[in-house]
Amino acid sequence: MKVLVAVKRVVDYNVKIRVAADHGGVETAGLKMSMNPFDEIALEQAVRWKEAGAADEVVAASIGPQASQDTLRTALAVGADRAILVRTDGPVEPLAVAKILKALAERENPDVIFLGKQAIDDDSNQAGQMLAALLGWGQGTFVSAADVEGRTVRVVREVDGGLETLSLPLPCVLTADLRLNEPRYASLPNIMKAKRKPLDVTDPAALGVDVAPRLLVIRVEEPPVRKAGIVVPSVEVLVDKLKNEAKVL
Amino acid sequence: MRALVLAEHDNSLLKPATLSAVTAALALGGSATVLVAGSGCAKAAEAAGRIAGIDKVLVADHPGLKDALAEPLAALLSSLAPDFDALLAPATSTGKSVMPRLAAMLDVQPVSDIVAVAGPDTFVRPIYAGNALATVKSRDAKRVLTVRATAFAPAGEGEGAAVEALDFAPPPCPVTFVSRTGHAADRPELTSAKVVVAGGRGIGSEAAFAMVGKLADLLGGAVGATRAAVDAGYIPNDSQIGQTGKIVAPDLYFAMGISGAIQHLAGMKDSRIIVAINKDPEAPIFQIADYGLVADVFEAMPKLIDALKT
Repeated sequence: MKVLVAVKRVVDYNVKIRVAADHGGVETAGLKMSMNPFDEIALEQAVRWKEAGAADEVVAASIGPQASQDTLRTALAVGADRAILVRTDGPVEPLAVAKILKALAERENPDVIFLGKQAIDDDSNQAGQMLAALLGWGQGTFVSAADVEGRTVRVVREVDGGLETLSLPLPCVLTADLRLNEPRYASLPNIMKAKRKPLDVTDPAALGVDVAPRLLVIRVEEPPVRKAGIVVPSVEVLVDKLKNEAKVL
Repeated sequence: MRALVLAEHDNSLLKPATLSAVTAALALGGSATVLVAGSGCAKAAEAAGRIAGIDKVLVADHPGLKDALAEPLAALLSSLAPDFDALLAPATSTGKSVMPRLAAMLDVQPVSDIVAVAGPDTFVRPIYAGNALATVKSRDAKRVLTVRATAFAPAGEGEGAAVEALDFAPPPCPVTFVSRTGHAADRPELTSAKVVVAGGRGIGSEAAFAMVGKLADLLGGAVGATRAAVDAGYIPNDSQIGQTGKIVAPDLYFAMGISGAIQHLAGMKDSRIIVAINKDPEAPIFQIADYGLVADVFEAMPKLIDALKT
């Protein structure tokens, strides 16, 4: 079984972003960048499959600027066998991401394409579902367990009312939720080894994909700031305030 | 402008998020039709007919639609798409799975989790865990949207719209539904509850979480949790509130032993009144709480429960 994992370079989850002064976007220059946490989880699952003998090759792909090579080197250090950078400097919307991944899938013929359920920058939660539609494959979104049994994958999904179990034939598209696993850290020897693993570079045009944005960003703003309230000295005062001031009890 | 709203339901009851999605659909400035897709879903369709402001209800009743899988639902919506300019669903786990799949079939870039409608093709949505709000204009032929339910008031009750049955059989679906495990339904649904009592890692154990539940029950509220509390196994996954969990905006939110990571705040900061109890006076949750109490939750919670009983 071959697994293609899509990994995105995003502002690190611990960094608080600022809106650009011209309200055209978010300031990202100079900020710490990392692999999207959900993609780390997807990658970890693919590597575990390989270690367990369920997968024989793990390919990591990233779409973004030259610096996304760093994200791919991390993926190689964690255990991907090789990497593909689809180099593009502007923003790429989820529909274009799905089209690029479809083109890669047609070249690579993976059995599973694993993505994070959402990227923590634009929070769209779209690319996996769109990719599944474009390929005409089944989709398993928000996956918190995934077991390969022959030519099917049994997944547990985190849904609003609890947990849902689905059985998907290969090939399929899966998107990782938080509790699928705890990603490992790359060891120093593996980081060194990753430098020698193959990393191919291509671009959307070579794959025949138009990445022109469909959405026009009109303005990006700070959300309204919530005013800090008061500190109350005791439970008695708290209950009194909730009853007589906020009138919510 | 004609809008179609995919209803969220369990075949008999309509989920309140549907009503908020209808409000968003009507804000586009045209008509709104509600689609009820399920199996044996006549009751849900009847309930949908009572939503104010809609022109009609379309019902697709087929065994292949029973489990709300994304593949048949997207196929159904795409077969109806030629008649509509906008297709919407609440941003629930079903809506989030179905609408992007539909959008790709229509070659449309969807807009997720909208919190405001600024025009028929212009929407506001949170990005970066709600630390920024982006206003975006769609330049596609159609709009495909998911709607953050807490940002739109639920549509009221109307005179009764016509219910029209569709003749739809879904194409063969590659995916097989196996099972669903639900959690206690004896409390109000988290996303529509008026009161939410949420606990964090500071609660310390599954047993101690029972006290959070006791407080919630006393107030007729729902129980929520942070990612840390869910990861620690104190409470099931569907109670998680935050950037990647559920978004809530109740009248009253209790944050018990919650420090206030930005990922958690993203899911609850639009609550009307926020109460935080935490022993760490430096916890970020106090910066957004209306009422903060610096105290050990294990001492404060029993006192609070006693005070509310009287």
